[in-house]
This record gives sequence, C-alpha cells and structure tokens, in this order.
Amino acid sequence: MKRSSLLDLLVLVIRRDLVLAMRRRADVLTTLIFFVMVVSLFPLGVGPEMAMLRKMAAGVLWVAALLSSMLSLGRLFSADYLDGTLEQMMLAPQSLSMLVLGKMVAHWMVSGLPLVLMAPVLGLQFDMSVEALGVLILGLLLGSPVLSMIGAIGAALTLGLRGGGVLLSLLVLPLTIPVLIFGTGAVEAISSGLEITSHLSFLGALLLLALVFTPWVTAQALRISME
Amino acid sequence: MSLDIWMRENPLTYIWLGSYAVAFLIFAIEVAMVRHKRKITLQQVRLLRNVGDDE
Amino acid sequence: MAINWFKYSAPTTFYGLAGKLIPWFATSSVILAAIALYIGFYVAPTDAIQGEFYRIIFIHVPASILSMFLYLIMAGYAALGLIFKTRLSSMMATAIAPTGALFAFISLWTGALWGKPMWGAWWMWDARLTSELILLFLYLGFIALHASIDDPRRADRAAALLAIVGSVNVPIIYFSVKWWNTLHQGSTIKFSGTSMHVAMQQAMFTMLVACWLYAIAVALMRVRSIILERERNTTWISELPEVKL
Repeated sequence: MKRSSLLDLLVLVIRRDLVLAMRRRADVLTTLIFFVMVVSLFPLGVGPEMAMLRKMAAGVLWVAALLSSMLSLGRLFSADYLDGTLEQMMLAPQSLSMLVLGKMVAHWMVSGLPLVLMAPVLGLQFDMSVEALGVLILGLLLGSPVLSMIGAIGAALTLGLRGGGVLLSLLVLPLTIPVLIFGTGAVEAISSGLEITSHLSFLGALLLLALVFTPWVTAQALRISME
Repeated sequence: MSLDIWMRENPLTYIWLGSYAVAFLIFAIEVAMVRHKRKITLQQVRLLRNVGDDE
Repeated sequence: MAINWFKYSAPTTFYGLAGKLIPWFATSSVILAAIALYIGFYVAPTDAIQGEFYRIIFIHVPASILSMFLYLIMAGYAALGLIFKTRLSSMMATAIAPTGALFAFISLWTGALWGKPMWGAWWMWDARLTSELILLFLYLGFIALHASIDDPRRADRAAALLAIVGSVNVPIIYFSVKWWNTLHQGSTIKFSGTSMHVAMQQAMFTMLVACWLYAIAVALMRVRSIILERERNTTWISELPEVKL
C-alpha cells in the first residue's frame, strides 16, 4: 500500500513539473540553443581542420552538455520557492526525498533529454563515426541524469542567493568531473577500437549512486536553505 | 629560451626564488591578513561597545 | 577529564585557550621549518637523475599532503557542527578553509615549477596535479558558498553539507583522474633508485610537521577573529582586555 502511494507521489510530481515546464517552453528551448551555440563556438575558435575536430568532438559535446545543465538548474527550485509551493512541499507529510526525485526526473526530461537527442546531430558536424555517436548518446543518457541530480544539490544549497547561477556552477562542476572523464573516455575507446563496457559500467554505477543518495541529500539541503 | 638556460645554470636560485620564496611570501601574507582581520574586528567590537555605553 | 574537554568546546573558553596556544605552535613551526630546510639543502645529496631541482619536493609534498588532510579536517569539523549543532565546530571549519586552499595553491605552484625543469612545460596534466587543482576548486566553492549566505547559521550548515558531499566525491574524483591520466599516458615523477635517501625523507617529514603546526597556528588565529565577530554582542566579549583597551 505504502509503496504504490510513493510511486503515485512520484508520478504526480513529475507530471506537475512537466506541465509547468510546457507552459514556459522558452526556458527549455534557450537551454538547447545555448548547447548548440557553445558547441558551434569551438570550431570557430580552433579552426575547421577536420582531424582535430574529430578528436575534440566528444570533449566539446560533453563540456557543452555540462555547461547547459548548469544553466538550467537554477530553475529547478526557484519557481516553487518564490511562490511558496516549496514551503508547502516541505511541510507535507509525504517524503521530501520522493518529491525531490520527482522534480529531478522532470527536470532531466525537460533539460537533459533534449541535449541527448540533439548531441548526435551536432556530432555529425564534427565528423564523428556512427559507433562514436552511439557511444556518445549512451554515455549522455547515463550521465546527464547524474548531472541533473548532483546539480540539484547545488540548486538547493544556493536557493535564493544573489549570484546564484555562477555560484551554483562553481560548486557543482568539480563534482561532475568523473562523469565527464568516463563519458568522453568511452567515446575515445570506441574510436580506438577498445572495449567500452568498463566506462559505461562506471557511468551506470555513478547513476545508481546518484539515484540512491542525491534525493535525500538535496532534501537536507532544502531544509538548510529554507529555515 | 634564455629562461631555460638560466634555470639550468642556477638551479638553486631558481628553486629558492620560484618555490620557497613564493611559499614563504604566501605564508607571510596569510598571517598579515589574519592579523589585519583581527585588528578590524576588534575595532568594530569596540565601536559597538561604545555605542552601547552611550545609550 | 571529560568535563574539561566540553568546557573548551564553548567559544568563550576556547578563545582564551587558543590565544595561549598560538605562540607555541608558531615558534615550533618556524624552528622545525628551519631544521627541515637545513637538512634538505645541506645534508641531502644531489639526485642522480634530477640534480638539484628535486629539492622543491621539500615544500611541494608537505603542501599537497596538508591540503588534502586539511580538507578532511575541515569537513569533519563542519560535519560535527551540522550534526551536533556546536557553533565552535563550524567556526573551526570556516577558519581552516583559506589555509587549506592556500596550501593547495602552493602545491600547484611548486608542482608547476618542478615540472618546468623536468618536462619542459609549466603544467602537466598528471593525476596528482589535476586532482590538486580540483581540490582547490572544492575549497574555493566552500569559501564562496559560505561567503554568499548572510545568515551565519544557514551559511555554516550549507557549507558543511557541501564539504561532506565534496569529501565523499574526492576518492571518486581522484580515481577517475588517475584512470584518465594513465589512459592518456601521462608522466609521473621518478627518483633515481626505488627509495629515497634518508636525509630526503627526514627533510620532507620535518617540513610536513612544520607546515602542520603552522596550519594549526593560523587556524587558531583566524577562529579567534571569527569568535570575536560572531559573539560581538555578548558581555564576555565586551569584558575582554583587548576590547576594553
């Protein structure tokens, strides 16, 4: 009985956040456009030599995904914080961790997933091979939720602070470095003909760890910020 | 290029100027900053106290 | 005995204790540093491979070790403050942070200067230097977060949570960076032979202790200013001789 009601709660929160996000489509699109723009800046900066761009591709796409995620994280709690809904959520008898998890999932669906879908298109600009693109997508699929979840901790800690967005990035980016390393490492491995299971397993392990720990930690961070 | 040559001919000077002097400078600056902070904090507390006395 | 310890966990009594201890830590630090430098530069022999340049390690390695050690101590104090709500613990964490960050910076700087004669470049993305850079970012994040929050209680608790999350991440980050480095065939620093000369070890260890004592002295100095600031509205502060003047 209790288990199904937790799941119902999760679905409820996800649906609510998705509906709210759909009403503000501009926010979603600007994150995506930022992603595309950052990726496009690199060839402009380093030159159009294809061999070099092919080598850089995975790194550029992953870093751009990281930065785009950071930008969108400010929105995770701010709207609810400003109109008082967050306070209500915290006073509710239901598990705050579950509510937070729901918000994280919705945020990823709206901010992370579009990046994952957009990445292969941009990867073609860098002349990435089909296998490399496949591993890129897989890595981003495993890694982008982790970015959202670790970022949520930062968003909760910096709730309502001035200079919030940049501060959030400063706090969260170092913590996302392992995801970056293994995501790009996997693409490099496939390009060199090496096996990718260890990289993807590690990303999967990070995803599981994040799923287990980050909702609770974020809930604690929210309590600290809201007192 | 001349830096490389100078470095190889004067290794100890390079080490002392580049590493140890910088480290000790940083330590000195840190101590100076902590003492300055203490001075300012004491001034503020005295100010508060005098204001309190005047009331 | 147990009661005595708790007595010192209150800012009022700790302030006095810290004030008395600082000169001892400071002087012993200076003496040990002088000894370490003497051993390092006069007693330790020239290395067969690296010549004189290796002597940078006598400051580089202690700085690295201390930067990592201080981060854990800082996180530990922060956690104590978060869990037991003891104000002094949080103040100690805040006091340690800048010192830890500066040691990380010294480690990076001296590492770069060591790299120049060794590899010909001012920076090498080897696992340790890169991890040290990330550690510096973690320190700066802690300091920045604490400074950005006006309410001292929220600041202490938010920064504490960040420090704890950081500490849990440090092994993961170090492992990933190490793995990343071996993949890209990074260089590692080697000495002639497999073990270090005794004098080199002595110098390094002595300097390590000297830096450790220095860190304690500076942290105690800093925490006294923090106590003064936080407790400025209390009577015991206004009764202090340095305030009464």
